[in-house]
Amino acid sequence: MSGEPITLGQTPSQTAGPFFHSALLPDRGGYAYTGLAQSEVADAAVVGQQMSFEGTIVDGQGLPMPDALVELWQADAMGRYAHPADPRSSNAAFKGFGRAATDALGHFKFQTIKPGAIGDGQAPHLTLILFMRGGQNHLFTRAYFADETAANAQDPVLASVPADRRATLIASRTETGYVFNIRAQGDGETVFFDV
Amino acid sequence: MQVKPFQPRDWDSHPPLIYPEYKSTVFRAPKKPLIPLKQSLSELTGPVYGHESVASGDSDLTQCARVSADPIGERIVVAGRVIDENGKPVPNTLVEIWQANAAGRYIHVNDQHNAPLDPNFFGAGRCVTDNDGRYKFYSIKPGAYPWGNHANAWRPAHIHLSLFGPTIATRLVTQLFFPGDPLLPLDPIFCSVPAAARNRLVAAFDLSVTEAGFALGYAFDIVLRGRAETPMEG
Ligand SMILES: [Fe+2]
Repeated sequence: MSGEPITLGQTPSQTAGPFFHSALLPDRGGYAYTGLAQSEVADAAVVGQQMSFEGTIVDGQGLPMPDALVELWQADAMGRYAHPADPRSSNAAFKGFGRAATDALGHFKFQTIKPGAIGDGQAPHLTLILFMRGGQNHLFTRAYFADETAANAQDPVLASVPADRRATLIASRTETGYVFNIRAQGDGETVFFDV
Repeated sequence: MQVKPFQPRDWDSHPPLIYPEYKSTVFRAPKKPLIPLKQSLSELTGPVYGHESVASGDSDLTQCARVSADPIGERIVVAGRVIDENGKPVPNTLVEIWQANAAGRYIHVNDQHNAPLDPNFFGAGRCVTDNDGRYKFYSIKPGAYPWGNHANAWRPAHIHLSLFGPTIATRLVTQLFFPGDPLLPLDPIFCSVPAAARNRLVAAFDLSVTEAGFALGYAFDIVLRGRAETPMEG
């Protein structure tokens, strides 16, 4: 053998379609199957600032998307990820992963804690992954927090986004947490990343 | 700390975000280009669901929702490996699947197709790959079903799959199709994949996966993004 590295073609992505709930978020639909992830990412026992994190997803015609899935991935309040690649992740009790489906009005809502800064110069943020009927490839985006002005100003990912589109990545304060509306297409289109 | 980032998503393998023949893509996908993001710890970590998170029966869709009898339809085995594009197995990773029943009907409340539900079939399952990246499901061959994309539109028989891989960068949701299905060349979802990569979504009938006197076997390997050669500074 020549020692050439093997390169196999990536398996192509396909849409999740409209019928993923029974498998990926069964608790939501009352199905007789236990989901591995829910929209409650942190209960009151988890250390950190509790927050709701919610928003509405609309399409290029401004119509709400009633059949989208949002996945959330985040660090804990100390900025630690529950994953072996994060050497500080001593508190695996907080998984930091959730799933929420949009309702008939295109609205999703998580209950979680505010993540801390992970310590590499990035401002505190959530990673969001979107799936939907018509979504041929899942979409990566990030939510930053409006009350982290100083940290956001130093964030290299926000800096890589054209200034006039940065606001699409900033969640604003509500009474119970933050709101982050997502526009999949058109005026004010949310920034999506090629991760 | 040094962690190797992943190779980019290969856009010659994945379907375009907007593919007008698949009508739901037209207003639901972004029109502005994706912005490149240098992978950081946020992308080089992800949820860990190991063997403790699933029950062994979760991978047998013919039994896991059985109430009074076996589900109706053609019993199948779907098995293969999850590997990365460098050929390395992806062990201990979660594989979640969902599908229609033999009549082409999902359990989902929004599926209004006029075909019977099967009280003994739920159509969802999951497993975690072993140390060699292997997985195996028992199920019922799903039926084709009509959809509203265009006149007389039918989805070929398919199984939806969701995988994480090592981190969120390797996340993949896809569909498995069956060999020889005459609906494949008519399906805009399947045909939206670049021609050279399309057949990666078609499982192979495999006599070595087939179980004598019990079920036909289909082999389906899943290739996730692999690590790039150069480590990132972290
Ligand atoms: Fe489907």
